[in-house]
Amino acid sequence: MTAATVHSAIEPAEAPLTPESWGKLGMWIFLVGDAVGFGVLLAGYGAMRSTSGDWPNPYAVLGINLTALMTFLLICSSVTMVKGLEWLGKGDRTRAVQYLFFTALGGAIFVSLQAYEWSHLIHRGLHINQNPWGATLFGTSFFLVTGFHGLHVTGGVIYLLSIIRYVANRPDPAASYNAVEIVGLYWHFVDLVWIMVFTFMYLL
Amino acid sequence: MAEKGHAHPNYMAIFWYLAVLTVVEIAVIYLPLAKLTIGVLLCALALTKAALVAMYFMHLRFEAKTLGWIAVTPLAIATLLVFVLLPDGFAVLKKTDSAAKPAVAAPAKH
Repeated sequence: MTAATVHSAIEPAEAPLTPESWGKLGMWIFLVGDAVGFGVLLAGYGAMRSTSGDWPNPYAVLGINLTALMTFLLICSSVTMVKGLEWLGKGDRTRAVQYLFFTALGGAIFVSLQAYEWSHLIHRGLHINQNPWGATLFGTSFFLVTGFHGLHVTGGVIYLLSIIRYVANRPDPAASYNAVEIVGLYWHFVDLVWIMVFTFMYLL
Repeated sequence: MAEKGHAHPNYMAIFWYLAVLTVVEIAVIYLPLAKLTIGVLLCALALTKAALVAMYFMHLRFEAKTLGWIAVTPLAIATLLVFVLLPDGFAVLKKTDSAAKPAVAAPAKH
């Protein structure tokens, strides 16, 4: 008798939240914890901003044209991610790898544009401890939150590239389906967080 | 090989919803409305977009309900935290305001 059958004999009514794999549940638990991290950053941002007397108008000083393009790019990369998973489910490993690669590329371009935006803003005087437009915490929170998100995108690109290798090394598409679904969860989460960051830190 | 997992939603439809909602968000900030109205609209639009991503791209709609409840917990925690932090922020704002006013009223004493 294996450990699994002993377990189901003890708890017959218990069904796992994610029957496909434990890894998926693991990723969900990680993401919920990570979401608390971003939630705390954004809640702190909201509280600091609404009780500040001289908070600058973000979209006027930051400029949103480039950021809107970055938002669009991340949404596109989410679509290529789901398409990649869909192709893998259909058994087309080559197409799946192609779409995963487009997703990683979208992420890499996103981070590059963010680096460009940062250097541009730093050049205009936005620093972590001072800025020419008002409340000091404006710069602090801007770099902290967008930086934390940017690190997530960077990590995501590395994660995606390693999963591409994982898929390429397994001739049976079904063998890598779970791994791709799990990296997808992470990637969509990063997209979801950017939707929040874009709204609260640039538009509001 | 048979398709794995659940039926796939129409991903391109979700993409267009997200793209259109992003354009609406950008348009909203230029509308001649009260700041509070714009804020509420932006929050609603952002939450709608986040919900679309979570439900269809992350397949939460097709998962066990409990997983969905676990997933929205951080949102509840973050929302509560805003209200926990605000009183302190306002207290500091009030203090700096009342400290700043006498200094403006009587600058000639030095």
